[in-house]
Amino acid sequence: MQSLVIVAHGSHLNPESSAPTYAHADTIRASGAFDEVKTGFWKEEPHFREVLRTVEGEEVYVVPLFISEGYFTEQVIPRELRLDGWDVSEWDSDGLSADQATLVARDVDREVHYCGPVGTHRAMTDVIERRAESVTSDPDVGEGFGLAVVGHGTERNENSAKAIEYHADRIRERDRFDEVRALYMDEDPEVDDLPEYFESDDVVLVPLFVADGYHTQEDIPEDVGLCEDHTEGYDVPETVDGTRIWYAGAVGTEPLMADVILERAADAGADLGDALARVRDTTRVTAGD
Amino acid sequence: MNDADPTTAEEPVVPDIDLPSDAFDAVLDALGDLAPDDRLRFEGFAVGRDPGAEDAYVLETAGDDPRTGLSERDLHAALDDRAPRVTDWYVFERVVGEFGPRRAFLRWIEDADGATVATRYAALAEGIERAWGQLRITATVTDRGERRYEVRHADDAGVPRAELTAHDDPLDARDVVKLDEKGRYRPLKTAPTLHSGWVFPELGPRDAYELVETVYPATVANWHREREGDLDVTHWREAMARQSGIYGVIKTWDRGEGYEHVNWVAEACCDDSQCLKRREWQYDDETDLDVDGGDGLFPCREPCSVVVSAARRWTRLESEQPRTYEFELTPSEKEQLEAVVDAVADGRIDEIREADTKEGANRYRARFLRAKLFDDAGNLGGVPTDPDDAE
Repeated sequence: MQSLVIVAHGSHLNPESSAPTYAHADTIRASGAFDEVKTGFWKEEPHFREVLRTVEGEEVYVVPLFISEGYFTEQVIPRELRLDGWDVSEWDSDGLSADQATLVARDVDREVHYCGPVGTHRAMTDVIERRAESVTSDPDVGEGFGLAVVGHGTERNENSAKAIEYHADRIRERDRFDEVRALYMDEDPEVDDLPEYFESDDVVLVPLFVADGYHTQEDIPEDVGLCEDHTEGYDVPETVDGTRIWYAGAVGTEPLMADVILERAADAGADLGDALARVRDTTRVTAGD
Repeated sequence: MNDADPTTAEEPVVPDIDLPSDAFDAVLDALGDLAPDDRLRFEGFAVGRDPGAEDAYVLETAGDDPRTGLSERDLHAALDDRAPRVTDWYVFERVVGEFGPRRAFLRWIEDADGATVATRYAALAEGIERAWGQLRITATVTDRGERRYEVRHADDAGVPRAELTAHDDPLDARDVVKLDEKGRYRPLKTAPTLHSGWVFPELGPRDAYELVETVYPATVANWHREREGDLDVTHWREAMARQSGIYGVIKTWDRGEGYEHVNWVAEACCDDSQCLKRREWQYDDETDLDVDGGDGLFPCREPCSVVVSAARRWTRLESEQPRTYEFELTPSEKEQLEAVVDAVADGRIDEIREADTKEGANRYRARFLRAKLFDDAGNLGGVPTDPDDAE
């Protein structure tokens, strides 16, 4: 029996924080790739500490729904899951290349495959592009458009910027958008000055966050100037200093994220059959709805 | 649930059960895997393969001579005569399966490890009711021996099903549990604030378990561990020593000067009025807290994330040194401040009527007190919080 456990941050304050986690779990459940799909949280229940005891299967894949490698994926999750003998060197990562480590979880005395975070997986690049398609309702968006990938800077986590640059570089190499830039919330180039960094009249702004919350719904819209105060709301697109900004909200809410979760499990050895193809198909964007 | 009139006091009547083909096929499958001398055991009888003849079976009943040479048709007839006991085997061995928490929970519902099949089927025909937190679970049996579970809020006992919003997917419960009846987010799933008005009318065994684990995550798993005698309790000191990042500061709140602060935390957060779990964690493995852990059916094995977050706040607040402030209050004003704190702590604010000015926490009373005693900067009695801010 093969089980998937998606672990995410969750929130004590924001009821929608867990919504993407549940939505992706449902997509994967419907794909039939796993005999069971469970979710565990840092701030909700079941907690990381107790999620494994709710899991029935003997082949267990744990995928962190986090954007970058760092404090949560390297310290908190392994500690709370009680992964015996965990050391970050198990991943042998340069900050982007964590794939998986197979360790015994003391809580259940069973081996689990502890995967790298979704945000650094190469398939995440496709989700950012898909997010741009979703927000513009155009499956071919690219020509005449700029793309801004936005996240925390290095202040909180040096790997956070690495993940943003990694995906921005990959999208730029695909030559789909006229221009692609990585912007940051707390360092240069700052998202506040977005229109200065783009020549295109239209720019899609994709924040690299798992769930919508304070940063994506209050901080970034106000910093960019989409609105004076987030409670006023804003249009998509909204024109700021002559640039039409298509604000996409958290990339993690894009249905194709389920694909990255599956890719992580597949890289760790999960047998998925044709689930990947089916998830890519069921989550695709149709033109102009 | 049996909505008919609650006739009782009669001898329990075992309902008529027709042996369904999936149960019979499961028996044949099990017999096919059996060694010749082995028996497939049901309550009070056993069946096996008859080594004396091809495709023949043997039936052994306590106190009787074994019946040998049974054809598949004979075997079906014999099992159909014993359909309650065969379907009971089928439900627990083939439908419910081995997974410990699920199996233990579903057996507990009908006392399957204590009562006979006849007693249980008679009770299931009437409907067996169980409480789990604020859930009310009613187990019944169909005329094919299948289990059905109706789950609703305990406050909706007796409400006709048609008046409740019906769901059939246990995962729908994720939306049921998200907000309380006032539309506020419930960060703690075991808070006694589950809203009512819904029903899952006809769940199978696996879905019933999934529903309970969705409403109250990991409670069955921990209850099961406790029943097995291996609940892993992590006490306060150990749990806080483990914290890191912004929560790492909490361990400094334990100063080796007693555990009164943890009593206050438990009284604030873990009381039955706040959480339905029964707190089993203590200060450390040698020092019990002085406040009651509650009467919950399922245990709490370590401080939860809500407690840890609040403890971080209190660690910072409690690092302040007390100061002496001088105010003048009338006796009623002192009592009013106490009433305001009580009303907030007990969640009674919304119960206090707008014009009920005898309540200290009444809004007009509070506004009057503020108008009279607070200065323009919001200082009680005009006394600044920090003495340096005077003037």
